[in-house]
Order: sequence, then structure tokens, then C-alpha cells
Amino acid sequence: MFRFVLTRVSLVIPTFIGVTLLTFALIRLVPGDPIELLVGERGIDPARHAMLRAEMGLDKPLLVQYGIYIWDVLQGDLGRSVVSRKPVLDEFLTLFPATIELGTCAIIIAILLGLPAGILAATRRGKVFDHTVMGVSLTGYSMPIFWWAILLILLFSVKLGWTPVSGRISVMFWVEPVTGFMLIDSYLSGEPGALRSAVSHLVLPSLVLATIPLAVIARMTRSAMLEVLSEDYVRTARAKGLSPLRVTWVHALRNALIPVVTVIGLQVGVLLTGAILTETIFAWPGVGRWLIVAVGKRDYPTLQGGVLLVACTVIFVSLLVDILYGVINPRISRTR
Amino acid sequence: MALLDIRNLTVEFPTSRGLFRAVEGVDLTIEEGELLGIVGESGSGKSVTMLAVMGLVTKPGIISADRIAFDGHDLLGMSARERRRVIGRDMAMIFQEPMTSLNPCYTVGFQIMETLKVHIGGTAAERRRRAIELLDRVGIPAPESRLRAFPHQLSGGMSQRVMIAMAISCNPRLLFADEPSTALDVTIQAQILDLLVALQRDEGMAMVLVTHDMGVVAETAERVVVMYAGQLVEQRAVDPLFETPVHPYTAALLDSLPERNLGGRRLPTLPGVVPGAYDRPEGCLFNPRCRFAEDRCRAEAPVLRADPGDAPIGKVRCHRPLGPDGAPL
Repeated sequence: MFRFVLTRVSLVIPTFIGVTLLTFALIRLVPGDPIELLVGERGIDPARHAMLRAEMGLDKPLLVQYGIYIWDVLQGDLGRSVVSRKPVLDEFLTLFPATIELGTCAIIIAILLGLPAGILAATRRGKVFDHTVMGVSLTGYSMPIFWWAILLILLFSVKLGWTPVSGRISVMFWVEPVTGFMLIDSYLSGEPGALRSAVSHLVLPSLVLATIPLAVIARMTRSAMLEVLSEDYVRTARAKGLSPLRVTWVHALRNALIPVVTVIGLQVGVLLTGAILTETIFAWPGVGRWLIVAVGKRDYPTLQGGVLLVACTVIFVSLLVDILYGVINPRISRTR
Repeated sequence: MALLDIRNLTVEFPTSRGLFRAVEGVDLTIEEGELLGIVGESGSGKSVTMLAVMGLVTKPGIISADRIAFDGHDLLGMSARERRRVIGRDMAMIFQEPMTSLNPCYTVGFQIMETLKVHIGGTAAERRRRAIELLDRVGIPAPESRLRAFPHQLSGGMSQRVMIAMAISCNPRLLFADEPSTALDVTIQAQILDLLVALQRDEGMAMVLVTHDMGVVAETAERVVVMYAGQLVEQRAVDPLFETPVHPYTAALLDSLPERNLGGRRLPTLPGVVPGAYDRPEGCLFNPRCRFAEDRCRAEAPVLRADPGDAPIGKVRCHRPLGPDGAPL
């Protein structure tokens, strides 16, 4: 098991290098100049412009810029935002808990609904329930996320007035940021109604963000279960006189989980991309919205650093998924 | 009273061109402690018959029978829950593919103890002791450490031994063995069959052995049933069947055995295959491949009749049964 984990971890290094190269190159392909965007319509004296460029290191050849960037990254320095002048890492760390909170709620919703829906659809193959689940999940998967979000806001916030339109918590409350997670902080603050307000702010964005992963998980679970249910060992389980419930949830599900866990791991990447849209729509102060703003300002250090950190999160989750395989499926970790 | 009494069992599967009958009107009884051999080519309905009795034919398969009674209780009239109390405890089954029949995600110990937990109960320690005893009984060395093994760490022969241990864990009164050695190495085949026969004798359970190994059938079975295209075509006590087969199909099967052709230059074969869903002939289902078929065989389906030469067991489904000289009477 230890060797298995070690080989998986060593595979992370080339991925990491690839990510830095890609973000560095892509951002510089986008037309626009950070200094010009910073000064706006006032205009800037060419000498001052050149000076600022030199100060930010933008006058050097690209390869040298990349070298400096990598050298700094290796020392844990992601640079300072061109706009706010604050260290990128600090900004990321203040905003990231909001994104994690949103993403975690979304993935929990997606798993809690998607897994049972897929399993039940597989055991009721061809029946009304199966067709309903497949139809709804296809719709959810195909729907533009921003449009879906606006529909939900119109219904639940505007028409029914059940949930707030945007933000993390009502302005009535002042919550001390202890952990950065609003659900925990609002609970810790002890203010009556704060937790309730935080939850009601979280419901719609996490539902929106959960939609695509939920659809993918339900469909994947269904097809994996269908495959597994026709296996010989499922017949053996039935021949032992086990109840259908035990056959499905103990003998079939564990085997079906292997592809499903892969998909759940991949959904973390989807979640972080989805968070950019969802956070923008719901004015959720997370990493996604921060990156969108940075793109608008051509804030190179923020974009480079932010994307790198998000990519690291995805790499880390994939690593966890790889290791989780070994736990679910004894054949993977023990045969090498 | 017979331990298992099957009357007029039919199993059908819907296809794009209507229902396909995998098993057609099979009558079969199995006595307590008896070893019954079932032979026939692939596709003759042997496995499906057993799966139907075990309740393992899945949708969209359709099972119909006048009666499937185990120890006097009609399995068809039972609720699913009542039936599950019999299956796996009093009536167990082992399959052709041991390597895929064990769940790859659970240890051998878990899978054996699960059966014990469901049917017998007892404490975890008792179940563990019984599992070790069972593994030892089926000839697995170091049974205690094998409890923690996963199926992928076992060979085919070992896996089949585990399957057997699982099947006999609750002391069943009837064991279905569906070609238990077919998927194994030749060297292991005999070991597994010997083990099964020894267990059947020692435990006094009834066993239905489906196998292509006629030698084992000849040595161990008391009674043999020959199936062809879903029908029971001949049933006899083992010795008369091997000495003077009555149905031309049985005769052709026996002729193709190497041990019956010592010194011959060429092994006789039976041309053609068992008819499938779309090519079932009129009249006797065997007539296109039968050496002795005549017009009547091609027009009129024969019924299963008692064979006076081997009463009361003998039954044959043929218009032109063979005499002792191997030619139609």
C-alpha cells in the first residue's frame, strides 16, 4: 500500500510542471496590458509605462519571466496582485474557504441524490422511475448553468421569497471570520438566526453547482450498476439466499463504486470551473469570482497563482481518488 | 416422497421473434441422498433447469411449472422471503466459472461467514470457527490465513473449493453442481469432482451433477438424465444407460467418447449443433442430426414414454428407440 501511494504521488510532479507552463503561456496569449488597464482612461506617460513594466519584470524575454516565476513558486512566493498589491497567496487563502464551502455542499448534494437515484434506476431498469431519472439528469446536464441559476433565483428568491438572492449571509449579522467557513463561523458567533441566514444563502448556489455533477453521478452509477448486476458473483449472492437489498447494496454497489468514484473525483474539477459562473451569479465571494475579476484586469500574478492553486487542488483530489481505489478494490493495491 | 419434485417445468425467454423455450416440459424427481447426473451438449437446458429451481432465472425469463416441490413444500407458492430461507441453506448451487463467481471486493472469510450469518446466525466467533472448518473440509491448506484472502489471490481450483465450502456451509440437503470442473485445468478437474462426490457421500446430501465428464457420471451417479434442446430425452439407471443406450442421441454422445474408441483411427462425432431459438425443427427436435430419422420423426413430436426395459426409472422420448444391438427395434 505504501509503495502504491508513493508511485501515485511521484506522478504528480510532471502534472504540476505542465500546469505552470500552460497557465503562464495562456495568460500571455490574451491581448491587453495590465498597466494600461490599471490606469484606465487617464492614459499614461510612455516613460512611466516603461518604468512600471520593468518594475513588474514584464520587459524581460518570456523564458526569463517563466524562469523567475518558477523560481519564486518553488520558494512559495506566488507574487503580488498587480491591482491590490497584496500577496496572491493571502488573497487566495481568504477567499478559498468560501469556495470550498460551496463546493463541498454541492458535491454532498450530488452524491446523496445521485448515487441512490442511479442505483434505483438500475434495479428498476426500463420502468418509469428509470426513465424519469435518466430524462431529468440529461436535462440537468445539458442546461446552461447561468440560465438555470437565474430560473431558480426567479422562483425561490423573487417569486416565493424563500431564499436571498446573493451573498453569504445577511448584512444584519456581523460574523467573526474564524475558520472562513460561514456555516461554522455563524454557528460560533452565537448570534440568533445567523446560522439560519448562512444556510439560506448557501442553498441555491450549491443546488446550482450540484446540478451537473448530480446528473453525471446518477448516470454513471446507473450504468456501472447495470454492468455489475449481471456478473456471476451477483448470481452467487442471490444463490446464497440473500435479500435483494443486500445483494444490491453490499455485493453489487461496492464493485460499481470504482468507476463512480473516478467520476466523482473528476467532478471536483468541474465544480471549480462551475464555481466561477455560480459565484459570479450569486455574488459569492470565492475564488471563482476573484479569478473572473483578475481576468478583466489582466492581473497576471493573480491569474497565474490562482489557477495554479486551483489546479493543485484538483491534482490533490485526483490523488486522493487514486488512493481511494485501492481501498475500495483490493485488486488494485495488492497486486503490485 | 421425493426431496425435489419438478413437474412440467418450462422456462421461456422473450426474443425479437417470440418466446424461446430454453426448457420445455421437464419432469424430474430427486431422492434424498441421491447422486443424479445430467448430461447433454451446451444449450440443452441443463443449467437453466437448475437455475429455475434455485429462483435464479432473472427477468425477462418466464418460469412456469405445475409443481416445483422441495421436501413437500411448493417453491412456486412461497413468498420470495420464504423461498430465500430454503435457497442457500437447504438447497445450494455451485457454478461453472469459479473465478468470476466470488465477489472480488470481499475476503473469502466474509463471503463464507455471510451465508452462515443469514441462515444460521450464532456469534462471530462461532461463524469464524465454522468457516475455518469448512475450508479445511474442502481441502484448502492453512485455512485460517486463507480467510483473509481475496478471490484474486486464489487459483481457479481454490476458488471452486471456496465456492463448495460456501455451498455446503449450512449442510444443504440438495446441491446443484453446474459443470463445476469445466473451467478448470485438466489436472484440477478430477480433484474437484472427487471432492464433490466424497462430500456427497459423507454428508448424505443429494447432488445433481451436470458434467461433460462421462467417466465421472459412470463411476458415481446412480441415475442419469439426458437432455437435448430443453427436453428430457432419456432417463435411466447409470449401468443400462452406458451399456445399451435407447435414445439415438444418447448413443451418439457415448460413441464420441475416446475411451469407447480405443484403437479406432478416427473418433466418431455428432455433426451439427443443438437447435437455437430460430431453427427448431418440426417433429422430433433431434431429427436433423439423427442417423435413424424417418418421415414420422420429421412430422410428429415424440412424447416421453416409460421404457419397459428399465422400469420404473427408464423413460425415453423417441419414435425409434434403439435395441441392445444399437439399431432401432
